[in-house]
Amino acid sequence: MSTHANLERRRQAIYGWLLLSPALVLLSAFAFYPSIATLWTSLFSRGTRRRPVEYVGFENYSDLFADPTFWLVVKNNLMYAGVTIPVSMGIALAMALWANGKIRARGFVRTAYFTPTVLPMIAAANLWLFFYTPGLGVLDQIGSVFGLPSVNWLGQPETALWAIIIVTIWKEAGFFMIFYLAALQTIPEELKEAADIEGASRWTYTRRIVLPLLMPTTLFIAVNALINSVKLIDHLFILTKGGPSDASKLLLYYIWEMAFAFFDAPSAAAMTVMVIVVLAIIAAIKFSYLDKRTHYQ
Amino acid sequence: MTTSTFVKLDGIAKRWNGQLGVEGITLDIPEGSFTALLGPSGCGKSTTLRLLAGLELPDEGQILIDGKDVTTSAASDRNLSMVFQSYALFPHLSVAENVMFGLKVRRVPKQERLEKLHRALEITGLLGYEGRKPGELSGGQRQRVALARAIVAGQRLCLMDEPLSNLDAKLRNAVRKDIKKLQRDLGITVVYVTHDQTEAMSMADTVVLMKDGHIQQVGSPEDLYSRPNNTFVAEFVGAPPMALIESTALEGFGDDKTVGIRAENIQIVPAGTGRMRCKVNESEFLGAETLIGLDHDGTSGLCVLQPGLSLMPEGDEVEINFDDGNLHVFDDAGKRLAG
Repeated sequence: MSTHANLERRRQAIYGWLLLSPALVLLSAFAFYPSIATLWTSLFSRGTRRRPVEYVGFENYSDLFADPTFWLVVKNNLMYAGVTIPVSMGIALAMALWANGKIRARGFVRTAYFTPTVLPMIAAANLWLFFYTPGLGVLDQIGSVFGLPSVNWLGQPETALWAIIIVTIWKEAGFFMIFYLAALQTIPEELKEAADIEGASRWTYTRRIVLPLLMPTTLFIAVNALINSVKLIDHLFILTKGGPSDASKLLLYYIWEMAFAFFDAPSAAAMTVMVIVVLAIIAAIKFSYLDKRTHYQ
Repeated sequence: MTTSTFVKLDGIAKRWNGQLGVEGITLDIPEGSFTALLGPSGCGKSTTLRLLAGLELPDEGQILIDGKDVTTSAASDRNLSMVFQSYALFPHLSVAENVMFGLKVRRVPKQERLEKLHRALEITGLLGYEGRKPGELSGGQRQRVALARAIVAGQRLCLMDEPLSNLDAKLRNAVRKDIKKLQRDLGITVVYVTHDQTEAMSMADTVVLMKDGHIQQVGSPEDLYSRPNNTFVAEFVGAPPMALIESTALEGFGDDKTVGIRAENIQIVPAGTGRMRCKVNESEFLGAETLIGLDHDGTSGLCVLQPGLSLMPEGDEVEINFDDGNLHVFDDAGKRLAG
């Protein structure tokens, strides 16, 4: 190879690495390194003054598996994900279909739906704290009109998780609606007209045409909702702090507690590793299996 | 071809926020005919078609299809099919699923559905493409899928909204013939919207020329070409369009009329023997003939066709002659006077 071609190749390679380096540096420092460090930490014991840190293999993991609180938190989180993901997506789709129709005050409807998303989670939680407060809260005020007894929604184990779930759905549905709305607007008007002429009902059109065309969006939202169901715990700090008796405790909150309230970093690390592994597996399934059955335009 | 009226539009008007859509559209379309709605963009031809399809509802007037008043009926109750300009194929469904969509919706039994699908694909030359998605087809093939979807149900009325405008010129010619043949073979009534007069003139039995929401003339292609109702029709139909001469520029026609003449009826004659003396302003070689544009006070679009290659230098003066029998006379409002 002639020298100038060689030089050109090297120049291209340097150029490529230069473009790549900002992302590489940031991701390494704030994503790859912490992940590996977490994995590493999870394999060592918690150091105390009397007992120095030592390699314990998977002991932290087996300790967790033997911890009933851990299983309660996992159960809570599964319930939390199992309800918030489908319900918030369903509501988002319904709202988007409505807000995309030829209705009056469409702009107002869209803004109204999106408002919960704009509010910071902490502010939203404070708002709901007011709704849920026994005696004074809006829910109780409405209940008392119909002669219902006062309920401490956040204060009893049977209702605390559900109260948290409702706040999350309220917060997320509007956000997901925006994605659905954007996707709906890329569907040409003529498809509806063609379906009309063929005699398709509104339901048939929605089921056979609109929903399949929304599949890429649904997939994207599902992944986001899944991540949020693990990630979104801000409101726990305001509303229940995981209580009462761990009834509304979620995984990330428990991890935070382990690390910063009980100062048990290895256990927190072990739990984090497990969450990452589970999320990675689910995302891999979604993008490999479901992607093939989805029509992208 | 029968001549009984199949589709009847009576005094149809549609306005948007007081703005004009279409006004006073009255039209009889015989069964088995090919009717083209022709006009420049924004003339209301697509609106007329959409009113007929039931995608819009008229503010005034009545629509009858096969003797039934369908003015306010839903699109699906009008027993018609439609080919859209964008084809409106469902992008996630295969060719077969696209074509059978309507049959499935109408709960046609599976066996019959497959037979009809086979026939429709055979007619449109799409056999072997059943499993493809629209995104994997060429523009011409997509267009044929839209056609197959329109004919598969066997509706007697088919509406087409500029179905060829997304095809390249060569393909357009071929598909034009296919559509015409299809319409004849199946004996269906076609209402066809186009802004391309070649399409309208070559395919249609009846051409409806529209402008600003009003019908200008309804007639056979020959009618529109040789007996234009008004100066708009005269200037719209034909390539090159009819030349218009103010009557003051000619002797013996008074001074408030417009006289029309087609290029093929004008001859260049030796100096001193012609009726008008004009200046050449352009020369365009078209292959079999040469189009020579002429300039004269009080005329517009005056030109003459010369056989073969016979370019003339710009600025040359020529004299032209024509017979009175080939002249079209319009009054001061642009309307055709008898003759």
